[in-house]
Amino acid sequence: MPLNIDLQQILLHWMNLAILVGGLYFILFKPVKQFIEKREAHYRERDEQAQAKLAEAERIKSEYQAKLDGADEEIRQSRAKVQLAVQQTAEEQLNQAKAQAQQILTHARAEAEHDREEILHSSQRELRRLAAEATKKLALQSDPFDQFLDLAEEGGKNEDR
Amino acid sequence: MKQHKKGLALWLTAILLLLAGALLTGSPGRAESVQEAMRDAVLHSANRISLFGLKTVNPGLISAFTVTAILLLAAAGIRIFAIPRFRFAPGKFQMLLEEAVGLFDRMASSSSPHRSRFLGAYIFGAGAYIFVGTLFELLGIQAVTTLGHPITLPAPLSDVNAAIGMGTFSFLVIVSGAIAGNGAKGIGKALKEFSLPISMSFRLFGALLSGLLVTELVYYYVGLSFVLPVIVGVLFTLLHALIQTYVLTMLTALYYGEVSEPSLPKEKKKQARRA
Repeated sequence: MPLNIDLQQILLHWMNLAILVGGLYFILFKPVKQFIEKREAHYRERDEQAQAKLAEAERIKSEYQAKLDGADEEIRQSRAKVQLAVQQTAEEQLNQAKAQAQQILTHARAEAEHDREEILHSSQRELRRLAAEATKKLALQSDPFDQFLDLAEEGGKNEDR
Repeated sequence: MKQHKKGLALWLTAILLLLAGALLTGSPGRAESVQEAMRDAVLHSANRISLFGLKTVNPGLISAFTVTAILLLAAAGIRIFAIPRFRFAPGKFQMLLEEAVGLFDRMASSSSPHRSRFLGAYIFGAGAYIFVGTLFELLGIQAVTTLGHPITLPAPLSDVNAAIGMGTFSFLVIVSGAIAGNGAKGIGKALKEFSLPISMSFRLFGALLSGLLVTELVYYYVGLSFVLPVIVGVLFTLLHALIQTYVLTMLTALYYGEVSEPSLPKEKKKQARRA
């Protein structure tokens, strides 16, 4: 053969290559690749766990955010309710006060009317008594006109006192 | 300071004395001319080695077996002592191993996304073989020829039979990928690239042989055996070990990916063309 090509030696080289490739695959390539895959799987799993935890944290955060928003709304409603109640109470108290004031006023007016009536009656009674006394003195004295004047003056002094 | 100077002077004197001794002693006479040495480096017609007394073979085959033994022993050592101690936070050696495996695995899965498991294993083995086999010539392991002369074992792939073996074996791997991907149709698809085994084989052979010939030439003359081998022998060898490893594994991965890709039905092909 040209160039000293020897088919038997080529076949021996094939055999040598087959042994080498197979041997290196089983002894070195496969275990190292398996280890690389194992590490990849490990880190992928950790990444997935981290992602899941992150998603869970996000979910909890949004849940709490929703709760917080709900609480704010609740507080706002409660505040409005309380304000309304306070307003109602104030209005009630005001109405009561007004009613009471009206009552006091009515009562005072009635009392004043009553007092006026009483004073009027007592004045009339006093006048009648004075008139009667005056009439009696006039009837008893000689000059009833002078006596009447004297009595009137005395009555005016008594009133000044 | 003075002691340093003395040591330096002694070292230089020793080198000069050894050089003078080597030049003055001379050689017992060349066993072969430079033409014969070159011819034998290519054809291996004179310097052959007995394979366990069964057959005389080229030194390249012995180199190939030695490289395989070294690689498998190293792999076994790594499997027993290093891999069980692997950690999720890798050390330097673990990173080196993972990078070597990952490099070929990624190359396989990027070139042949639909069928990459076997390809990854093959190009890892082939890559390791070409890289270590090319660097093997730097070790200078000696062997005795059938004529009783000592020779330095060459890189396995500088032997034409090893290069043809590697090229054709890679082609067979490509054909196997075509069959696995497309059944009987795949054979035709793979055989369209009939020049591939020849080009792969002779590319490897040419690259490795050129390195070997230059090295032979340099070492043939004593005058060229100083300083120059550091560049020619070590740096060039390292460089083409990397280049040849990359070229063969990349070509194999690309062709494997191309022929193992499941072919589209005719209707779909037409639609794809229209689109």
